[in-house]
Amino acid sequence: MGAQRAKVADVVVRTRVNGEWREAEVWPGASLLAFLREQLGLFGSKNACEQGECGSCSVWLDGALVCSCLVLAAQANDREVRTVEGLTDAGRLHPVQEAFVEAGAVQCGFCTPGFVVAVADLLEKDASPSPATVREALSGNICRCTGYAKILDAVNLAAARLLERT
Amino acid sequence: MSIDIRRKGGVGESVRRVDGVPKVRGEFEYASDLRRDGMLHGATLRSPHPHARIVSIDIAAAIAAPGVRAVLTHADVPGKKTFGLDVQDQPVLAIDVVRYAGEPVAIVAAEDPELARAALKQIDVNYEVLTPVTDMERALEPNSPSVHPQGNIVRTLQVVHGDPNASADVWVEGSYETGMQDQAPLGPEAGLAVPAADGGVELFIATQWLHADLEQLAPCLGLPAEKVRLHLSGVGGAFGAREDVSMQIHACLLALRTGRPVKMSYGRQESFYGHVHRHPSRVWMRHGARRDGTLVNVQARLLVDGGAYTSTSPAVIGNATTFAAGPYEVANARLEGTAVFTNNPPCGAMRGFGAVQACFAYEAQMDKLAMALGLDPLELRLKNAVKTGSVLPTGQPIIGAAPVRECLLRLQDLPLPAEEPPLDRDPMLLPGGAGNVGHGEALKRGVGVAVGYKNLAYSEGFDDSSEAWVRVSVDREGPMAEVKTAAVDVGQGIDTIVAQIVRTELGIDRVLIRQPDTSIGSAGSSSASRQTMMTGGAVQLACQAVRAEIDAQGGMPELRRPVEATRVFHHRPTGKLDANGQGDPHVSFAFGAARAVVEVDTDLGLVRVVQLAVAQDVGRALNPQSVMGQIEGGSAQGLGLALMEEVALVDGQVKNASFTDYLLPTILDMPPVVCELVEEPEPGLPYGAKGVGEPSTVVVPAAVVAALRHATGRELRRAPVKPDDLVGL
Ligand code: FES
Ligand code: FES
Repeated sequence: MGAQRAKVADVVVRTRVNGEWREAEVWPGASLLAFLREQLGLFGSKNACEQGECGSCSVWLDGALVCSCLVLAAQANDREVRTVEGLTDAGRLHPVQEAFVEAGAVQCGFCTPGFVVAVADLLEKDASPSPATVREALSGNICRCTGYAKILDAVNLAAARLLERT
Repeated sequence: MSIDIRRKGGVGESVRRVDGVPKVRGEFEYASDLRRDGMLHGATLRSPHPHARIVSIDIAAAIAAPGVRAVLTHADVPGKKTFGLDVQDQPVLAIDVVRYAGEPVAIVAAEDPELARAALKQIDVNYEVLTPVTDMERALEPNSPSVHPQGNIVRTLQVVHGDPNASADVWVEGSYETGMQDQAPLGPEAGLAVPAADGGVELFIATQWLHADLEQLAPCLGLPAEKVRLHLSGVGGAFGAREDVSMQIHACLLALRTGRPVKMSYGRQESFYGHVHRHPSRVWMRHGARRDGTLVNVQARLLVDGGAYTSTSPAVIGNATTFAAGPYEVANARLEGTAVFTNNPPCGAMRGFGAVQACFAYEAQMDKLAMALGLDPLELRLKNAVKTGSVLPTGQPIIGAAPVRECLLRLQDLPLPAEEPPLDRDPMLLPGGAGNVGHGEALKRGVGVAVGYKNLAYSEGFDDSSEAWVRVSVDREGPMAEVKTAAVDVGQGIDTIVAQIVRTELGIDRVLIRQPDTSIGSAGSSSASRQTMMTGGAVQLACQAVRAEIDAQGGMPELRRPVEATRVFHHRPTGKLDANGQGDPHVSFAFGAARAVVEVDTDLGLVRVVQLAVAQDVGRALNPQSVMGQIEGGSAQGLGLALMEEVALVDGQVKNASFTDYLLPTILDMPPVVCELVEEPEPGLPYGAKGVGEPSTVVVPAAVVAALRHATGRELRRAPVKPDDLVGL
């Protein structure tokens, strides 16, 4: 469909996403979140505020947890992005994902991919975080459904499971 | 036939959600994730003025803009020009007049979202600004401008009970206010409309009630109902925000006009304009009691701001008014309620639906009364609490379970959390957390209790039935049950409950839940805490019919042909209220009680809620984990209303339409919630289970503010309580 683009030329962004190099043309103002969703068809990262307030769009950029709605797609050029879709291992749920299902930490689930990514990040850095550390680490993620109690249960369950494994 | 209710995965068990795995994997498809090849993107032009006459609309430049495929105004609405759940008074696109800032005026479809938004700027609307009415009391004044030709009253009602002039030994009086709360579901309003070969349209949509959407869509589109087919898409929370139509009609209009699929998905800012909010309220009450604490007379006047259109305001003020005396026996009452139109954004359904605003006021009054009588607040409540057989101010007797005393006693038995010394405490555990620049020198602790109730299902004569289809077949893997209903899982977990009911009734482990759409009869709304009883009831009936047929055929192993049945579940009929508010308006009730423990830093006005405890009348917990999830989540929304959540309106304009400015409780704000499930099965409901979604939201705001009053000694008439209300003791 020949939609003539107004003025600004698209830029080509090439990013390694979940281990695979992907490339697409985007509007220079496009966020990494829009790039993942609209260009690459990775809809796991959610768009709930577009202002860095809710954490629904959390991904790793070169190993660092970021709100992908606040990062320009162009900033991810030549870099490594890991999303919720990259958490499963050969189709098997990550222990954090398992724990969310088991603990009842999922209701509508819109916040869930962001939480799962944030919790996996936390537990990669700190295998047995204190309750205060957990709260602090997840304070950038909003859940409107659960009141967070079962999310905390899931964190504890996942931490225990991961410790058992090592 | 005996039912083995302990069957694995059946009712009573904390079964895992049927949609849990796709949700944690990020694979669950929400409405905002929908796409189709060749789809267009829709965008909405909204009024910048709360009240104005539209002099002219010029769309020529927008139509000529790059990538634009359609620009529509009210003139392009082929059928009925207005929609609405109760009264169809809301224009699909504004006609001549706009009545709130944010009202849709024109819509655009373009090749991508940026081009669609850019085209909106090319639409030239010439407004003649009119004086808005933005204060609910002002709206009642005789010289106020009228929002609608019929005036500014949406509904007014009174409940007169016993002798409203009855005298009392002790009187207390107070005025209370609650602010406008946003449901803020994380998933934005979104949907995809696809034109169909028969000239109709398929709409994939995140909603609470497919059939209510359909009823409003078809007439506006000028199509027979069978040509408008709705399919449920993934719903990212609702809490009432998806009860009214948002982008549904717009997307269908654009799809039908362009002959291409059209997706519309609101951003957060637009979402604040795109759905109704919780009604702000102003309530006056006067309570009279005997010296011994017996409540003898309750006088109440309630006013809620319905905003620019009717939406569900009549039912909200109906609830608020009939519940205004609280879950207490009182021989005499005069309760008056009014919902008004203003030029503020429309208000409608939000979790608690009128019961929240009433509870905030009557529970503050009960504390005042306890103080005046020198009684313990909990004792006063226990003394007056309703029970089965009590007669409510409407004359309606409570025929079901009413374990109000039990809820209160459970709270009484719970130990209070230990007091932590303020000094050398982790700063995150100070009110305001790391933002607290003090050292806890000015901490005051308070404890507050509140009890309240909420009706289950729709009231005042409405038959919100639900239909279910169940089919059992046997293949190589053994027996399988398929279920279809139009019930929407907004996150509360109805799909999982349905699977549990099927397993329990049929003894079949393999249950397939079909995607809801409008090819089956209505399930009613996923609101009013009603789906477990209504759709649960329909599924139970259909299963029982299937089971009887299977038994007649000689049992499951003999089953040659699939067996299926469709059944409809109705709740008991209710009736309208008469001129004195007497009647039998509500189906059934769920009660709840909350206790809040707070700490206030009186230097900084910051609050930490240390603990919430909620004892809730659940009838029977069909999935205890999910029941607790509802109580915890409902408590969080109650805490939000008490302490931080308010749509800030200045002259009809929303000033905080973002998550940066509209504050929602985070994990740092939420304390542990102690859940006490009070199980007294409700006669006549499937398994005795009551709806569980709302009572915690009803009682928590009142309990939190009661605790703040206890801590500070201040009157705190208004929620949300702001830091300024608490500093300087
Ligand atoms: S969408 Fe990125 S933080 Fe909310
Ligand atoms: S589960 Fe709905 S927002 Fe968290």
